[in-house]
Amino acid sequence: MSRRVMWILAGGGLLLLALPWLAQAMDESYLTTTVTRVMILAIAAVSLDLIVGYGAMVSFGHAAFFGLGAYVAAILSHHFHLGDALLGLPYGIGGSNELLLVMLLAMLVAAVVAALTGLISLRTQGIHFIMITLAFAQMLFYLFVSLDVYGGEDGLVMSGRNHLPGIDTADDNQFYYVCLLALLLYVFLARRLVNSPFGRVIRGSKSNPRRMQALGYQTYWYRLVAYVIAATGAALAGVLMANMNEFVDPGLFSWQLSGELLVMVILGGLGTIYGAVIGASVFLLLEILLSAYTEHWMFFLGPFLVLVVIYARHGLFGLLQNRARRND
Amino acid sequence: MLLLIEQVLNGLQLGFMLFLLSAGLTLVFGVMNLINLAHGSFYMVGAYVAATMIQHGSGFALALLVALAAAALCGLLVEVLVLRHLYHRDHLDQVLATFGLILFFNESTRMIWGRQPLFMQLPEFLSASVEILPGVPYPLYRLVIIGVGLLVAVGLYLLISHSRVGMRIRAGASNRDMIAALGVNIRWLYSLVFALGALLAGFAGVMAAPLYAVESGMGESILILTFVVIVIGGIGSVKGALLGALLVGLVDTLGRAFLPQLLQGLFDSSSANSVAASLSSMGIYLLMVLVLAIRPRGLFPA
Repeated sequence: MSRRVMWILAGGGLLLLALPWLAQAMDESYLTTTVTRVMILAIAAVSLDLIVGYGAMVSFGHAAFFGLGAYVAAILSHHFHLGDALLGLPYGIGGSNELLLVMLLAMLVAAVVAALTGLISLRTQGIHFIMITLAFAQMLFYLFVSLDVYGGEDGLVMSGRNHLPGIDTADDNQFYYVCLLALLLYVFLARRLVNSPFGRVIRGSKSNPRRMQALGYQTYWYRLVAYVIAATGAALAGVLMANMNEFVDPGLFSWQLSGELLVMVILGGLGTIYGAVIGASVFLLLEILLSAYTEHWMFFLGPFLVLVVIYARHGLFGLLQNRARRND
Repeated sequence: MLLLIEQVLNGLQLGFMLFLLSAGLTLVFGVMNLINLAHGSFYMVGAYVAATMIQHGSGFALALLVALAAAALCGLLVEVLVLRHLYHRDHLDQVLATFGLILFFNESTRMIWGRQPLFMQLPEFLSASVEILPGVPYPLYRLVIIGVGLLVAVGLYLLISHSRVGMRIRAGASNRDMIAALGVNIRWLYSLVFALGALLAGFAGVMAAPLYAVESGMGESILILTFVVIVIGGIGSVKGALLGALLVGLVDTLGRAFLPQLLQGLFDSSSANSVAASLSSMGIYLLMVLVLAIRPRGLFPA
């Protein structure tokens, strides 16, 4: 990566760090919660980039794991506040309100679901993989629509955010830094992962699966593990989103959200990790900016996406890198 | 028994409507290797134009013709302006660009027609019912949809398998450069195929307008079903699209009609209803997963 791109990324990071102060100084405190949402979706987009960008596993059902994470948080909090047992389980296994424990459990649930559905989905390729991941997400969507115990179609309200030792999560500024830390850590880990030997096997099985198999790698199992890892990332983001809104509904599983996550990743540039963060930010901020000026913001956002595809071949991050390379 | 016949007919009607949509989508996918998420937008354009014409006092035939022309024209414009540049690009680029087109079309209809859904009146001669069995009335219009779907299926079969244009289309699908070298204007042929797909989608939209609400975004919910159909049928195969559409139409309709009763024996009635509702919505996705688990490339891989 060129030095100029490094500077831009560092500048963006500093801006994020100072944002709550800036928002308060400008008396626009809604900015803080808006950017918190952007960062949470950026985590989900990065986790999707792990499989789409590096493994050519184009999932059109990534919101399923986002929704699962959110619902795990909301359901555990629901039982915690009611003080009763989960699913009528014996031994008093009840809810929980500890953010870290909730995250762990959410990631575990997502991992199990991803492993089970991945076993079937990964038998297919290309458009069939896109559609089968969509199918599983839709099934979860309808499952949660019919779960009347947890609000069904109307969703479930959380009575307050989860607890984190030493931090007041109810305070929007402090919660902002929790999400920022989560995003930075996740981006760091994702970069480590794709550059690790494991990441190389995944990238190899994207560009030439036969050769990887000839080298003795069982690509199916490697891809399955990558799929599971990506699902846990989305679940983590889901827990944060449930805490942010203090509300979950089946819309979190919707294919529209899966589609938007995919659009963020492609817009930013596939297979770069940073691109997913940039894509999520630009997509959501454009949406917010345009909707401040006109009710018909989609009328402008749509053609913008078309232009990006035709003129910026490797997404916005690719554009950034190319410009930098030309100037160096 | 009577209910069963009625529901099977309803399922066939939904199936043939899905076939009109999926035939175009599967052709575009199979011939040009293009994922077009905006296919549902042509369906929406067809429905809106027809509903507006009828509201302004036009006859049904004229409204149908104008709506088909509008949908085909939209398809042609989209192909020439945008998609033509994307044939040799990655599928993901096509997904992003056509997602942008969806936003554009949805917002345009909202700007032109407003947020309120439109409703389309059926003309007198189509709103009658016929007796399919002595004493069992069934709406004529749904039968007409089934008939139209059958005609389109036969027409497409003749066009693709038994005409010169169809031969060129099939040749273009297997080797684009060769057919271009033989002096066929493959660019315009592709534009034509795309416009034909858009026209069929618009046709489905006109057919759907009297049955469902005409509103912005109506294309996407049906688009998902359409993709399920072509994936079950096998991408690129019109025969597969027909079979897949009928399967999806029947499974969806029959599931919704009969699952609640079937489950009532197992659970108490309120939970049976909610379980049945979610199971019947999942039905077509379960069907797709089942088909793909056994035949990863669909029923009739092209």
